[in-house]
Amino acid sequence: MADQIKIRAQIQGEITDIRVLMQHPMETGQRKDERGQTLPMHFIQAFTVSLNGKPLIDGQLNTSISKNPLFAFKARGVKPGDKLAVAWTDNLGDKRQDEITIA
Amino acid sequence: MLELRRKLLKGSSALLLSPLIGSGLLTPTALLAAEWNRNAFTARTINDALKAYAGTGATESRDIVISAPEIAENGAKVEIDISSNLPNTRTLAVFADKNPMPLCASLDFSGAALPYIRVQLKLAETTRIRAIAKTADGKTYIAFREVKVTLGGCGG
Repeated sequence: MADQIKIRAQIQGEITDIRVLMQHPMETGQRKDERGQTLPMHFIQAFTVSLNGKPLIDGQLNTSISKNPLFAFKARGVKPGDKLAVAWTDNLGDKRQDEITIA
Repeated sequence: MLELRRKLLKGSSALLLSPLIGSGLLTPTALLAAEWNRNAFTARTINDALKAYAGTGATESRDIVISAPEIAENGAKVEIDISSNLPNTRTLAVFADKNPMPLCASLDFSGAALPYIRVQLKLAETTRIRAIAKTADGKTYIAFREVKVTLGGCGG
């Protein structure tokens, strides 16, 4: 089971800063282990950020995003009590989804 | 033929599943919208990646702002920040010219989201970063930025 997605939202007047940390190895398929074996690619291919069930951001990623990807986004008109959800799927079919209620 | 079969299968499963989505039986993970753009993401050169992404012939624009460190000591984690002041920006994509696979990320914005991202990239070597914005009227714009990398972040 993949680790929890950390979601933070900070309302600053009209604009809200959203930070998302997805814990994932993001293996490029180019690294080798200590025995010289190539570590297979393992990376998040797609994720969505949604607000009260409506999409905000749909992202597609490559292996070149850093390990444990950290993203920041901005949205307008977010209110306390709104639900912010993030879901990802990786190239091996693993997925994870988490939701927070904005304070 | 295979292609057609795949489309039919996909079409029918979407039809079958759609009543379940509203009922809460299916989690939104099933809704992950666009299919991964394999051709663009696996392209090995910047020209092929731009072609596959339909990003060739983009107009250079100062309304796309890229902030990135001038010199990155560790290519494994280079934080860059992209925002678009172009009205109705729907998509932002990030390319690193010298990476083994130049297209790093593509993001679609809808609803209340502003066309802004902060992301951490692995950079193989000193490279030009490109940000491409697509607007609602189908136009494509581009901006560039150089990042010097002292220790590459791909082989590790």
